[in-house]
Amino acid sequence: MIRAEVIVTLKDGILDPQGKTITGALGGIGIEGIKEIGTGKYFHLRFNTNNLEKARSSTEAVCEKLLSNPVIEKYTYKIIEE
Amino acid sequence: MKIGIVVFPGSNCELDTRYVLKNLLGQEVIMLWHEQRDLEGSDVVILPGGFSYGDYLRTGAIARFSPIMESVIEFAAKGNPVVGICNGFQILLECGLLPGALVTNGSLKFISDDVIIKVETDNPIYTSKYESSQLLKMPIAHIGGSFFADDDTLEEIESDGRVAFRYCDAKGNANSKSNPNASLGNIAGIYNKEGNVLGLMPHPERASESLLGSTDGLGLFESLISFN
Repeated sequence: MIRAEVIVTLKDGILDPQGKTITGALGGIGIEGIKEIGTGKYFHLRFNTNNLEKARSSTEAVCEKLLSNPVIEKYTYKIIEE
Repeated sequence: MKIGIVVFPGSNCELDTRYVLKNLLGQEVIMLWHEQRDLEGSDVVILPGGFSYGDYLRTGAIARFSPIMESVIEFAAKGNPVVGICNGFQILLECGLLPGALVTNGSLKFISDDVIIKVETDNPIYTSKYESSQLLKMPIAHIGGSFFADDDTLEEIESDGRVAFRYCDAKGNANSKSNPNASLGNIAGIYNKEGNVLGLMPHPERASESLLGSTDGLGLFESLISFN
């Protein structure tokens, strides 16, 4: 079986107010060494095909068309064989 | 004139909009369910505010794939008036009828408040009942209303005179203090290149009766009606 994991994050330079707020909480909980935390969205995809190439092209298509808004977001994905 | 208001699952300003156009301004209004393709002879299409599809994924991201949107895009391409208010603006951006995007307010908070906006660009369809640079009081109610576009797009919007409305203070100054949601350039609304598609975050339909504290939104609908 193959599946995919997609992560969508804001492009560099786009304000990430949630990430900023989370980063701001670090000082109060005594965890050191973290400079910045950013947020994003995680999606998992299952396929009804075992064709890797087909899965890859469908994943890219859904990232471009639906899962991300290219004006403000970028995406990465990996196809996983199990 | 026949005005079509598109209803998505999660729209919640469609009845307010109909009330203004039908009860206050005496126009024929039809409600268009998002699953239909037929615009039923509408002369104008309005995408109302609300939380279409629960704002899942991104605001407007799912609604843009509703069957009716294909017809709305065709309708707009023919030069007909299409207005998106609040969530409707977000849908117009997601479907590419307008450039840019709306992101989470700089404050991270949902803002429900009256704001002042300035008529930035005169437009024959939407602002004929307003004076140039007139200041208007209207409410906003959103968490994802901060306008964003990349530098080139923003430059194009500005230089083409496509900023419809800008957030400002009572004296008409648009600056960071009078910018409720950290929108680039204090932008509250924009036109497409041809000027027939308008998207705006403030709610003119909630500022159309003195009982509600402002009638400044009425001019937008009256302009639309007189244009047709």
